[in-house]
Amino acid sequence: MDNMMKLEFLNKSNNERFARTVAAAFATILDPTLEELSEIKTAVSEAVTNAIIHGYEDSTGMVCLEGRIDGRTIEFIVSDRGKGIEDITQAMQPLFTGKPEMERSGMGFTIMETFMDSIEVESVLGGGTTVKMSKTLKDR
Amino acid sequence: MRMKLIGQMHVLVVEMEEELDHHIAQNVREIIDKELKRTNAINLVFDFRNLSFMDSSGIGVIIGRYKIVKILGGSVIIVSPQPQVRRIIEMAGIHKIIKITNTLDNALKMV
Repeated sequence: MDNMMKLEFLNKSNNERFARTVAAAFATILDPTLEELSEIKTAVSEAVTNAIIHGYEDSTGMVCLEGRIDGRTIEFIVSDRGKGIEDITQAMQPLFTGKPEMERSGMGFTIMETFMDSIEVESVLGGGTTVKMSKTLKDR
Repeated sequence: MRMKLIGQMHVLVVEMEEELDHHIAQNVREIIDKELKRTNAINLVFDFRNLSFMDSSGIGVIIGRYKIVKILGGSVIIVSPQPQVRRIIEMAGIHKIIKITNTLDNALKMV
């Protein structure tokens, strides 16, 4: 591994912008294209927003964002120690949302899948959720 | 976010700035809905010229307002989305139900 970073913050919605800005800044080390940079920023925003909205319901908890760089591949891991996802397959389906009353579109995982090369979700009921996603950037 | 009312056309123009995410969306929704009620506007124009970032939370805001305005008999139009915002809009299929145009003038002719 060539580089890594780790950031922990409270599950407050005003940290969403902070977290995706840090992710984008970390990615600039690889001199990405503008398109790659906005894809990374959007995918991380979706994962962090999920952790903040669903991770702990109404209680307070920490969300962790890790970034790793290996060659031209960048990986982000977003994790919480919250309630976990009961049915991951259902949660990842396009347009599925656990919070329709909040006008959540259910597009979060679809955006992460489209903008990154791979995504893995691990969840333990009562133990938390980890979303790992990676993307290999074009050679420059 | 700035809003203006073009009264004789019953159009509420919402100029979004910077970034639209879940944190911002909660406020934006409330403010627009209140303003629609207060002004009796039935059409909504989202001016996205100065919006540099939007994630899936923005999809919820747009579709939610589309549903409200449709019931009122009006329409929603999006003006000048930047590339990242346009990609999210297209990924969600919003461009199939909501018109997108380049200028505010065009949008006002379309309502």
